[in-house]
Amino acid sequence: MEEGLALHHIGVRFGGLTALDDVSLRVPPGRVVGVIGPNGAGKTTLFNVICGFVAPESGSIALDGRPLRPRPHRLTRLGVARTLQGTGLFAGLTVLENVMTGASHTARAGFLPALLGLPRSDRDEARLRRDALDVLDQLGIAAHADAAPGTLPFAVRQRVALARALAARPRLLLLDEPAGGLGAEDIAELAELIRQLPHRDPDPCAVLLVEHHMDLVMSVCDELVVLDFGRVIAAGTPDEVRDDPAVTDAYLGAAVDEAAA
Amino acid sequence: MSATSAATPPRERTTGVAGGPGGPRRRGSTLLRHLAVVAVAGLLLVGVSYAVEPFRNFQLATVAAYLCATAGLTVLTGLNGQLSLGHGALMATGAYTVALCQNAFYDRGVTGGLLLLVSLAAAVVATVAVGAVVGVAAARLRGPYLAGVTLAVAVVVPALTVTFDGVFNGEQGLSVPVEPPPLALGVYFPYERWQLWIAGAATLLALLLLANLVRSRYGRTFRAVRDDEVAARLAGIHVARTQVLAFVVSAATAGLGGALLAVLAQSVSPGAFGLTLSLFLLMAVVIGGLGRLTGAVWGAVMLVALPDLSHSVTEQLTLPAAAAQRLEGNLPLAIFGITLVVVMLAAPGGVQGLLSRFGRALLARWRVGRS
Repeated sequence: MEEGLALHHIGVRFGGLTALDDVSLRVPPGRVVGVIGPNGAGKTTLFNVICGFVAPESGSIALDGRPLRPRPHRLTRLGVARTLQGTGLFAGLTVLENVMTGASHTARAGFLPALLGLPRSDRDEARLRRDALDVLDQLGIAAHADAAPGTLPFAVRQRVALARALAARPRLLLLDEPAGGLGAEDIAELAELIRQLPHRDPDPCAVLLVEHHMDLVMSVCDELVVLDFGRVIAAGTPDEVRDDPAVTDAYLGAAVDEAAA
Repeated sequence: MSATSAATPPRERTTGVAGGPGGPRRRGSTLLRHLAVVAVAGLLLVGVSYAVEPFRNFQLATVAAYLCATAGLTVLTGLNGQLSLGHGALMATGAYTVALCQNAFYDRGVTGGLLLLVSLAAAVVATVAVGAVVGVAAARLRGPYLAGVTLAVAVVVPALTVTFDGVFNGEQGLSVPVEPPPLALGVYFPYERWQLWIAGAATLLALLLLANLVRSRYGRTFRAVRDDEVAARLAGIHVARTQVLAFVVSAATAGLGGALLAVLAQSVSPGAFGLTLSLFLLMAVVIGGLGRLTGAVWGAVMLVALPDLSHSVTEQLTLPAAAAQRLEGNLPLAIFGITLVVVMLAAPGGVQGLLSRFGRALLARWRVGRS
């Protein structure tokens, strides 16, 4: 059995535009895999395919050897969680409530106990709250549990978003540009955090990372996949990818085009 | 003060933003806490029902009936972010159901004090069914399109009563036969007091259930869907199902409110449930404080107090009869509209938002004074 996430020959077209063309990649357990590429290379589309926001025209996805037909609200049940660009936090919920919401699929009490305010519903909430506080503790932001996200610095909000995803206890975490908007110091802390994720003691999780910030990608990823115009132009360890002429071409070529324009 | 805060475990530390919109975390049983509040409110209501004259009893009963509807609407619009311009029609559904049920019982000569309970329950069930249909449509729509569909409901439902006038008796409407107070309460027990008891009990029950729900994970889920649908889906929430659920819950309480109004007036006609009612409900909820059950209380009070107020105002003025009638009819709408604009500009949290800000400021000052 092929463990972890596997994408086989994924193709996506938006009208006449080919967003993804024959993309295959694997995220085995215990690994951090990065997806890089110039703007518009198809990185976010790739995430949207895995999450079920975009249906691929061709190809297949498998999770732990089983075919995956993703629907966004079922993902956490399958052990996959995703963060969004920006933070995507619920502005009207406290930090703690945001994180509790991440574990929605583990709630057991049904509608009737909730309506009647039965102890079963209270116990369920108490457990979600404890678990959420644990995650906040692990990320060092438990002090902000009762704050509204809007009142916090961006770096903390970014961590809350990560905590919300981790509250689902995923086996695979999809991180969509987690370093966006962060300062150098925060990025260094984030890198340390991401490196630990596959080796956490309870709930180790593999990571698939889309990121622009090269230093972060090179320092945390075990493997890299480089996309350009929807195609995989290179794959391998960070060192292999760095020296790949196709990659330098794609990046330098883009830079030259921009300079010319 | 500093000694006690140092003694609390680190998890209890907060950054000063008390609770946020969900309110602070509380210990103990949700049910017991809410039951205690409801019991106090119920006792107060019984006390008041003896203290004030029959007409005020009737007015308070009307406030209770409107409160059912505004409380449900504030959960839907304030907590789940779905705008409904059709809650007047949902109230009409409940009102007509209760009228049809009560008439059916009386025509067959079935009497008994518990029949009203059956009719009220039937009203809730019927409105839930209508709410489910509208809710499924609503879950597919956003913004102006959602407003449009619910607006259509507000217009169509009262019109149906005229189209099928064999059942609903057209513009004339139906009378709603209601039993007098039980004899055990005494022969001279005022009918209005009995009405307040019925409406108050039903509304307190509805508020109890709503408060429980808002406190539970469903309340959190409602708000999460309101704030960010994509993030909610990725957090494992079925967005459409959540929206339908919120709509159905809201419809159930609106149906109960409409049924109570019909029972209080002992009649029901389409004129009472027009588009204006839907607009009034929405304005009341926004002015009271969107998304807060306590705000719904202020809204319901305003719904009853304003027409009364405009009646007294027009009585003071010496106007020709026709002009006075026109003024009395339009004054509440004008006052509501102006209040809405002022509240939106000055206090987006509504009356309740102002009050809780005021309360927090007082509490802070009291704490400073003590230390």
